[in-house]
Amino acid sequence: MYTETSTTHPNSRRPFVPFQRRGLGHRILGSGLIDALAAPHGVDRYLELIRPGWSINELRAEITAVHHPAPDSVTLTLRPNHVWRGFEAGQFVRCTVEIDGVKRARCYSPASSVHRRDGLIELTARAHPEGLVSGFLHDHAAPGMVVGLEQAAGDFVMPSERPDDIVLISGGSGITPVMSMLRTLLDEGHRGAVSFLHYARTPDRVPYARELMEIAAQAANVSIDFVYTREGGHRGHFCADHLRALAPDAHTFVCGPPGLIDAVRADGDPDHVHSESFVPPAVTIDTDDAVGAVSFARSGLDAPNTGATLLEQAEAAGLKPAHGCRMGICHTCTCRKLAGSVRHVVTGEISSAEDVDIQICVSVPTGSVALNL
Amino acid sequence: MTDTVPNLTPEQLDTFGRELDAIRQRALDDLGERDLDYIRRIIRVQRGLEVTGRGLMFASFIPPAWLAGVTALSLSKILDNMEIGHNVMHGQYDWTGDPALSGHGFEWDTTCPSDQWRHSHNYMHHTHTNIVGKDRDLGYGILRMSEEQRWNPYYLGNPVYAVLLAVFFEWGVAMHDLEVERLASGDVDWGEKRDLLAGIWRKASRQVLKDYVLFPVLAGPQAPLVLAGNATANIVRNLWTFTIIFCGHFPSGVVEFSEEATAEETRGEWYFRQLLGSANLTGSKLFHIMAGNLSHQIEHHLFPDIPAHRYAEIAVEVSELCARFGIPYNSGPLGKQFGSVVKKICRLALPDRLRGVARAKPADAPTAPTQPEPVLVAA
Repeated sequence: MYTETSTTHPNSRRPFVPFQRRGLGHRILGSGLIDALAAPHGVDRYLELIRPGWSINELRAEITAVHHPAPDSVTLTLRPNHVWRGFEAGQFVRCTVEIDGVKRARCYSPASSVHRRDGLIELTARAHPEGLVSGFLHDHAAPGMVVGLEQAAGDFVMPSERPDDIVLISGGSGITPVMSMLRTLLDEGHRGAVSFLHYARTPDRVPYARELMEIAAQAANVSIDFVYTREGGHRGHFCADHLRALAPDAHTFVCGPPGLIDAVRADGDPDHVHSESFVPPAVTIDTDDAVGAVSFARSGLDAPNTGATLLEQAEAAGLKPAHGCRMGICHTCTCRKLAGSVRHVVTGEISSAEDVDIQICVSVPTGSVALNL
Repeated sequence: MTDTVPNLTPEQLDTFGRELDAIRQRALDDLGERDLDYIRRIIRVQRGLEVTGRGLMFASFIPPAWLAGVTALSLSKILDNMEIGHNVMHGQYDWTGDPALSGHGFEWDTTCPSDQWRHSHNYMHHTHTNIVGKDRDLGYGILRMSEEQRWNPYYLGNPVYAVLLAVFFEWGVAMHDLEVERLASGDVDWGEKRDLLAGIWRKASRQVLKDYVLFPVLAGPQAPLVLAGNATANIVRNLWTFTIIFCGHFPSGVVEFSEEATAEETRGEWYFRQLLGSANLTGSKLFHIMAGNLSHQIEHHLFPDIPAHRYAEIAVEVSELCARFGIPYNSGPLGKQFGSVVKKICRLALPDRLRGVARAKPADAPTAPTQPEPVLVAA
């Protein structure tokens, strides 16, 4: 299946970017003269009226195909415009859609190979009950729809000198970045052993199951293993035996819920384990314990601390802080904390210094806090 | 307090304020795709008119094409200035999260830098509406628009200054935050205004470059016609925006306020002042769109950050509320409202003593307002 959408590229490890070549039209429209003529709005404000995906300076993508690989999942194929600089397997993109007139952004990791010749990228999202954007994409995404993108970011990537033996571990929707790694390795003709281990609650929730089975059947150096945590059976959640059974000295790339990552980290060589938490950490909102007040200095607003994340508290106060993933990955929400101390909900780390930048989507106040917001 | 200002008890003002808050909340709760579709449609029409207008002017050797081009570009500049620029910069579409509609990021097709406008208009004018000495929109530092401004011989030129301000309105607006009159009197030092001047220079030079250099030069032999066309479109927009804006606060019946009386306002009193200090224009739906819905100046001053296309429906509730509380709701057609503004500009050119004599003459009676503009001295 993967061979339909990607072509082997044994000699190149650089991502293939087809739209980077700028034609004469682009050069003219991007020129200083056109910019001066289109002042003060800029040429993009005119181009987008002709076609929503058209833009000289802004990254956008048009949806070219929509699939539902599992009942609660949606896979989108996107054609980014020429502004796209490509990505590395494992990175994420911030994707913006408009829901009832309001722009909403979330981060998704492309699951496609970085070497895809047609330059398209593939995103898979699981629609969970509270997932506003994923639910919207699941129900309403259609070919022709244009979404906003930001350039790929994230450190969860393979070294450019690929290790020989690689273990890819994913849990739930964390499958997408490691899927991209697997597809990329296959396109590069990787000769080392690749072990792919995926944890899902039930078999019907695995988006790429069929393709993975085909890969396992075709590529002798790739082994694929699924573990169903709700199926009983002989294996449950991750344990050290799973990893040892795969390859003791391999580089491990793990993406999934924090519990899975902690278990892999606890057992592996720290230098060889690369991870990304892919599920919003469950924030324990302790309204009884919440003390103090949150003051939003730039807006001149004050509100009693509810114990929720600062992003949620800012939104409850009627502010619209810039944000993306809402899970501490993309740093779009980074904001200056002027005073007070906050707890990082993922790491538990306490920050009490004044005048430091914090990620408000994963910070809860431990008392009174002042933000430059 | 004069007899034209209704006497409301603090409790009544409080109830009045809470009812307006409820109207505001209902509108906020209902914001959605309808508002976004509306403003995007207006933007589409504006950009279409702009491109068409500039294109037609390149065919200026056919006289009707020049005229059609000027008309299209004038309409484009009016829409850009009022229904789009003014309203977007009030933050009316900030809730969409769209950077192209962000109140803090939007830049309009006039010589006034948007950040200075947000200070002089959104903050100074909308907070201190019609407070003599605080609201610099009362005469823009050039005109005498209130009895409370002391007369001096300079004001004999009031009608002339008004015509000049109307023709070059975008430049008046661009220099609004400079407080030219205070620079002239020496109250403010030029050094304090250096950053503002640099901002005006940056913005205005881009506008001048576009309208008076680049487009004319691109038109080759028709450069003079394109230059004249662009200048005409800018002036048409200036005259129109001046007319609409001066009808918002200066027709007869609009109330002015003193700093003392408004020093410690409650929310209800603030709403009350906004309402008495503004006047509406009646007209067709198209008229309201071309006026940037500032024809609903009362609703705009009550709820400056609610999308302006909603003012017409909000006006039904507001006028009903005013009727219930016995508060005058100042509204009239453009001719009548602007006529009373022109009369005020001419009347205030004369010293108070002379005017008193003039008003006593029966021949002048029809031109004099039926009642003097009251000054609220006690809230």
